[in-house]
Amino acid sequence: MTRLLEIEDLQVQFFTSDGIVEAVGGISYHIDAGETVAIVGESGCGKSVGAMSLLRLIPEPPGKIANGRALFEGRDLLKLSNADIRNVRGREIAMVFQEPMTSLNPVFSVGRQLTETLLRHTNASEAEAKERGIELLNQVGISDPARRLTQFPHHLSGGMRQRVMIAMALSCEPKLIIADEPTTALDVTIQAQILELMKNLSERLGVAQLIITHNLGVVARYAKRVNVMYAGKIVETGTATEIYHNPRHPYTLGLLASVPRLDQPRGTKLVPIEGQPPDLTRLGDGCAFRPRCRFATERCANEIPNLRSVESNHMSACWHFENLDQQKSTVA
Amino acid sequence: MYKYAVKRILLMIPTLIGAGILVFMLMRMIPGDICEIRLGGTGLMVDKEQIDICRENLGLNDSLAKQFLDFAVGIATLNFGDSMWTGRPVTEEISVRFQLTLQIAIMATLTAVIIALPFGVISAIKQNTWVDYCIRLFSIAGIATPSFWLGIMIILGLLIVSQQLFGEPWMMPIQFVPIWEDPLANLSQTIWPAVAVGYRYAAVVVRMTRSAMLEVLREDYVRTARAKGLFEKIIVNQHALKNALLPVVTLVGIEFAFLIGGLVVTEQVFNLNGLGKLFVDAVLDHDFTLTQSLVMMVVTVFVVVNLLVDLIYAWIDPRIHYT
Ligand SMILES: Nc1ncnc2c1ncn2[C@@H]1O[C@H](COP(=O)(O)OP(=O)(O)OP(=O)(O)O)[C@@H](O)[C@H]1O
Ligand SMILES: [Mg+2]
Repeated sequence: MTRLLEIEDLQVQFFTSDGIVEAVGGISYHIDAGETVAIVGESGCGKSVGAMSLLRLIPEPPGKIANGRALFEGRDLLKLSNADIRNVRGREIAMVFQEPMTSLNPVFSVGRQLTETLLRHTNASEAEAKERGIELLNQVGISDPARRLTQFPHHLSGGMRQRVMIAMALSCEPKLIIADEPTTALDVTIQAQILELMKNLSERLGVAQLIITHNLGVVARYAKRVNVMYAGKIVETGTATEIYHNPRHPYTLGLLASVPRLDQPRGTKLVPIEGQPPDLTRLGDGCAFRPRCRFATERCANEIPNLRSVESNHMSACWHFENLDQQKSTVA
Repeated sequence: MYKYAVKRILLMIPTLIGAGILVFMLMRMIPGDICEIRLGGTGLMVDKEQIDICRENLGLNDSLAKQFLDFAVGIATLNFGDSMWTGRPVTEEISVRFQLTLQIAIMATLTAVIIALPFGVISAIKQNTWVDYCIRLFSIAGIATPSFWLGIMIILGLLIVSQQLFGEPWMMPIQFVPIWEDPLANLSQTIWPAVAVGYRYAAVVVRMTRSAMLEVLREDYVRTARAKGLFEKIIVNQHALKNALLPVVTLVGIEFAFLIGGLVVTEQVFNLNGLGKLFVDAVLDHDFTLTQSLVMMVVTVFVVVNLLVDLIYAWIDPRIHYT
C-alpha cells in the first residue's frame, strides 16, 4: 500500500483572551491510498481543527499551526504556498462538513456550486461541467438531477444537501476526502444512507477517506483503522476490530460503554463517561484523562504517557494498558 | 413577481390617502393664513374685505369637506392646481426643483455606493490592520461631520483655492442649468452638494458593508468555498458579497428616498433652489396646494423606492419569494 498522507507531530494553537488553546497537541497518523481512517473523540477534542489545518482552513489568526508536517504524496501541505494549497483543495483533497444546512451558499444554485470546483480545477467547459454535475448527482443518488441543478439549497432537505456536498467533493476525483462528522446533523436513517453511500463510492472510486466522528459505532462499520483523540492528542490507535474488541485505553473503554452495541446482550446498561473534558488552555503535567479515570495512579499525575505498542498496529497512551480490566467498564 | 409588483402599486393608494388626509389636516391646524401673510407682507394696513376676497379666490372660504374633495379629485386626476402663493402651476414649481434634487440624490448615491462597497469590503477582509483602521476613521469622521458644515468648508475651500490659483475667487453658478444643456456648468454646480451629502452617506454604507461582510465571512459556506480551492477574489466578491448585500441595499434605498425630501439644510448652504427649500417655503407661506402636492410626491417616492428595494432583494436572494 502506498502512503498517501503522513502526519507528524501536528500541533495547532489558538491565541485567545483566555490564553493559548492547545487545540491539537502534536498528533501523528497516516492514511494509505484508498483507505478509510477514522478519528474519534468527544466534542471539542480537536478533531475538526486537526483536519482543517491539513488544508489550512483554520482562521489565522487566532489559529496557528505551530508545528508538524503533513506529507501528502511527499509534499508538506503545511509548507505549500497559498497558490499551491489552493490547487490541492477540492482537487486532490476534498472536504465534507458537519453542517449541511449552512455549508452551501444560499444565494447560488446547486448547479453553480457543484460545477464551480470543476471549472476551477479543470479545463472543462460550462456545458461539460454541467453534464458532469448531472452525472455526479446521479452517483450520489439524487433523482431528477437536471432539475436539481437549477434549484437552490433551500429547496433541498438536509440529507439531500449532504449528498450535494459529497457530489461536490467527488467532482474532481480527489485522492482523499475528509468528512468532518458528515452525518451528525442528520436523522438516524439518513445517517446510515449517507455513510453507506460514502463507503460504496470510496470503494468504487478508490478514494481514501478520513472520517471524523464522535460515534464509535460508525467507526467499526466504515473505517479500517481508528485514531481515538482526547484533549488534542491521539490516545489510542489501531485497527477498527482491535479498538472495538480489545480497547486498551480507559477513555476508549468509556466511549464503548456509552454507546449501544449489537454484540452485547440486550439490556446492557449504557455508562456515560463522568466528568468534563479538560480546559485546553491549562493542560498540566501528566495524563489529561487522569481526573476522569478510574485507573489513575500517582504516575499518571506526573508523567505524560506516550503512545506505546500494545501489539503490532495497536498503540495506547496509557501507563496501565496492560492491566485494564474490561469487565469493570462494561458493567452489566 | 409581476403580480406582486402590481399588488404593491395598488397598495400605494391607501398609503397616499392616509398621507393626504394627514397633510390636509395638519396644514389647516397651523395658525395663520396665506392671505394675511401675502397682503400683510407689504406692511400696509389691510382691510378685512380684501383678505376675504383673497380667501374667496383661493377657495379657502369653502367648507373643509369641499376643500378636501377638491384636493382629492385634483390628485386623483393628476391635476395639482396652482400654487396659492405664486399662482403658477404646482407641477411647474416642482419639476424645476425636482430635477436638481433628483440629480444630487443620484450623484450622492452613486458616489456613496462606488466608494463604500469596495472600501467596506476591503475593511472587512483586512480587519484590524492599518487599512481597516484608516477606513474606519474615515467613516466615523463622515458620520460625525454634519453635511452643512462640510458644505460650508467646501465653499470656503473653493473660494480660497481659486483665489490662490486664479487671483480671484470662484463661486459655483447659482442658476440651475439642466445637465443636457450644459454639463460642465451643471456639474460645477451640483458636484459640491453631492460630495457634501455623499460623504456621510458613503460613511454609513461603508460601516454597514463592513459589518455585513465580517458576519458573512464567518459563515460555513465561505469555508466550503475555500475548501473547493476557489480564488480569494471569487470567494469575497461573489460568495460573500452577494450575501452581505441585502442590508446594504436597504440602507441605500432609505437614504436615497430621504435625500429627495430632506436636503433642506444643504440646499440652504449651497444656495440651491431645490425641493427641500421649496418645501420649507411652502409650509411657511401656508401654501396648501403646493405643500400637499409635495407631500404626496415624497410619499410616492418613498413607496416606489421601497418597492424597488424589495424587488432587488428577491433578485439577490432566491429564498425570498413574493406572491
Ligand atoms: N476559532 C477558534 N478560536 C478559539 N478556539 C478555537 C477556535 N476553533 C476551535 N477552537 C478550540 O479548539 C478546540 C478544538 O475544537 P474542534 O472544533 O476541533 O473540536 P471537535 O473535536 O471538532 O468538536 P466537535 O465534535 O464539537 O466538532 C476547542 O476546544 C475549541 O474551543
Ligand atoms: Mg468538529
